[in-house]
Amino acid sequence: MSYSDKVIDHYSNPRNVGTLDKKDPNVGTGLVGAPECGDVMRLQLKINPETQIIEEAKFKTFGCGSAIASSSLATEWIKGRTVSDALAIKNTDIVRELALPPVKIHCSVLAEDAIKAAITDWKQRHTEAVLAPAETAKA
Amino acid sequence: MAVKTPIYFDNHATTRCDPRVVEAMVPYLLEDFGNAASRNHAFGWAAEKGVDQARESIAKVIGATAKEIIFTSGATESNNLAIKGVAEMYREKGNHIITMVIEHKAVLDTCKRLEKQGYNVTYLPVQRDGRLDLAELEAAITPKTILISIMAANNEIGVIQDMEAIGKIAKKHKILFHTDAVQAFGKIPVDVNQWGVDLLSATAHKIYGPKGVGALYVRRRNPRVSLACQMDGGGHERGMRSGTLNVPGIVGFGKAAEIALAEMSSEGERLRKLRDRLNAGLFAKLDELYINGSMEHRLPNNLNISFAYVEGESLLMGINDIAVSSGSACTSATLEPSYVLKALGVGEDLAHTSIRFGLGRFNTEEEVDYVIDRMVETVVRLRDLSPLYEMAKEGVDLSKMEWVTH
Repeated sequence: MSYSDKVIDHYSNPRNVGTLDKKDPNVGTGLVGAPECGDVMRLQLKINPETQIIEEAKFKTFGCGSAIASSSLATEWIKGRTVSDALAIKNTDIVRELALPPVKIHCSVLAEDAIKAAITDWKQRHTEAVLAPAETAKA
Repeated sequence: MAVKTPIYFDNHATTRCDPRVVEAMVPYLLEDFGNAASRNHAFGWAAEKGVDQARESIAKVIGATAKEIIFTSGATESNNLAIKGVAEMYREKGNHIITMVIEHKAVLDTCKRLEKQGYNVTYLPVQRDGRLDLAELEAAITPKTILISIMAANNEIGVIQDMEAIGKIAKKHKILFHTDAVQAFGKIPVDVNQWGVDLLSATAHKIYGPKGVGALYVRRRNPRVSLACQMDGGGHERGMRSGTLNVPGIVGFGKAAEIALAEMSSEGERLRKLRDRLNAGLFAKLDELYINGSMEHRLPNNLNISFAYVEGESLLMGINDIAVSSGSACTSATLEPSYVLKALGVGEDLAHTSIRFGLGRFNTEEEVDYVIDRMVETVVRLRDLSPLYEMAKEGVDLSKMEWVTH
């Protein structure tokens, strides 16, 4: 199979590889895929609760070159954007940008899922962090 | 010394023609171009002489006689002819065939087709090391069993079966024994009488010969094996396989067989040393590597390793100046990881990370060292990128995680 230049570029020089502190209430982690299926993506976002801006985005991916490229591209796109902008990213945008062939569309779906999972996790954790002191005050 | 890239380490898929083979073939494309079936002129005689000599050389590799060699278009055809030919010919005697789950698709899919036609097929499992449990084989035999088809050496993991023992079981129950010996032929000692094999498939392009030519050994005595031909026509090859013989291909196959036999022990030893060097080099610099299949009962040129936490296709992409193959689903048309590794009990997660190295006649020690360096560098880089490697290092039991599958 031949890869597009953009896939090769992201595979060879992946952007924003790394790990954020998952205990930080402003960090949301999305872990999608399964080792049995041959791809697992972990996307971590650090989001400013005041501005709703994604200040940091880090990923690690186990998967084929297209999966690595999809997650690398996703971090590049969402960094500095607002949560609602990030949620508006569709897998088809990734397919188009990376020129993924049909057999690799699932890689882009996984990247979209990772964004959603990370934001859901952040919302949940952030709400809990905000609610917890309030409930203590009530008691 | 700088090695020349790309490097070819995929010799189980196919091999480069040996220049000596090409040299032997050329006259049969030019002056000796005749049809080996033309009995009435010199062109035909010359072609026939070349074919006879090749038949002799190929028979010698497996301890057979020249008359027992049938030429085909390749091992896929040989396997089809052997299994379908026996099934059809011995239909009165029974309709049960025994084979093994790690056979090549040319055997498995042939058996599947026969099942649709009313035959019963037992697909025996293999043990963790890739070898057949002989007690299970014997237990699977029924009064209706007409054929046992077990490959000599596997194309992915290079594991060699206990052929002599299987042959004894077949003989004891008076069942015909076919073997797909594509990977073993010319690589390790093969003797159809010692193994008790009645039918054997081989091909030229795995032993530095040309593509498009194969052979089927069909035993002529004790017992005399008959086959229903699958290709109708001029009645070539003792009526078992019609079609004008591919004379240059056959001559090339013969030359390749002759060289393989003459150089088998020295080349086998050299390849084993290279393979062991590759294995040792990788294990010295990387952790969490898993060898798939028995190391003891294995072709000298094969190595199959799972590089845990690194997906196979991404690994291939990183070593794009080295030709190897992977058991990863992403590299196959079916999007399923290797069924051979699955049959060994290798988890799908590890199957996705497997790489098959197939060394060959033209590989050098410098190439092995280059491959070690490139593999190590790429695996380290991709593990830095792998969430699984990070989690495993943190002590997370990945098998107990709940994964969101898609």
